[in-house]
Amino acid sequence: MAADKFPIQSGHIMMFARAVGDANAIYYDEDYATTTEPGAIIAPPTFVQSSAQFDPNYFLRPKIGEEWFGSAKGPTGITKRETSGGGGSGGGLHAEQHYVYHRTPKAGDVLTSTTKPGKSWEKEGKRGGKLSFSETVTEYRDQNGELVVTATGLGVRTERPATSADDTAK
Amino acid sequence: MTLKASDLKVGDTYSEEVCRNLSRTQIVQYAGASGDYNPLHSDEIFTTQIAGYPSVFAHGMLTMGMTGRMLTNYVGDGRLTRYGVRFTSQVFPGATLTATATITAIHDEGGVKIADMDIVTTDEAGTKVLTGSAAARLD
Repeated sequence: MAADKFPIQSGHIMMFARAVGDANAIYYDEDYATTTEPGAIIAPPTFVQSSAQFDPNYFLRPKIGEEWFGSAKGPTGITKRETSGGGGSGGGLHAEQHYVYHRTPKAGDVLTSTTKPGKSWEKEGKRGGKLSFSETVTEYRDQNGELVVTATGLGVRTERPATSADDTAK
Repeated sequence: MTLKASDLKVGDTYSEEVCRNLSRTQIVQYAGASGDYNPLHSDEIFTTQIAGYPSVFAHGMLTMGMTGRMLTNYVGDGRLTRYGVRFTSQVFPGATLTATATITAIHDEGGVKIADMDIVTTDEAGTKVLTGSAAARLD
């Protein structure tokens, strides 16, 4: 996810913490947060994934005025069905995710993220057919240019829908 | 609430149930918060009729996020130095997940005590849905 400005906002953190089922008050109560070691509302460990909200071109968000591939009147809103690409799996599946925390992002930080491709390889899966893996490395820097989080994602595209644990990376 | 190196030893474990009978609504909550609106996670019609899966399923990142709650409850807020996982099986609505961290090493990095952990999250049938590792600063 590439975002010129990814503001770390406390309301967004509250919604994210609720979604992952985390009731820790450090994610929504500023008064409590000031009494903790971090001293402020902080981002949960996987929060930077939500920088997708601030990536203007993020492909898994419906765009105003454009067709969306999810169901509408029919089972997909795309009138011209794509015939290439694997299994209608909606842009591939997420195989791995790795974070290195240089420091913990806090509410009020404004991060910038840049993404570059990493390694890519293929392997034969047991159920999903040929599997194509590709890495992306995203660096999140703060308002002072300091590196905050390095995120490495591994995506996989399958020839057929793969619901098995057999079809994982490497 | 942080961990002290003097209280820890290799092989120590910590577990939490991180979701019970996972609802489609919680998956929708995660889509809304994270910004990943892939219909595979919320749109049963698309997912069964177009994509060919038996049902919608949770974002891998939702499982990683729920597992992260176990980790921060264990090591303390703002203590993680790394956290990485592999998604080993899909998580469908109705899942009950338990996340476990196991201390694999305690070492010193430039005067800071660090604990390395293996992580595994399993469903109600005992299937591993996520495996990985993490590291955290200790007192």
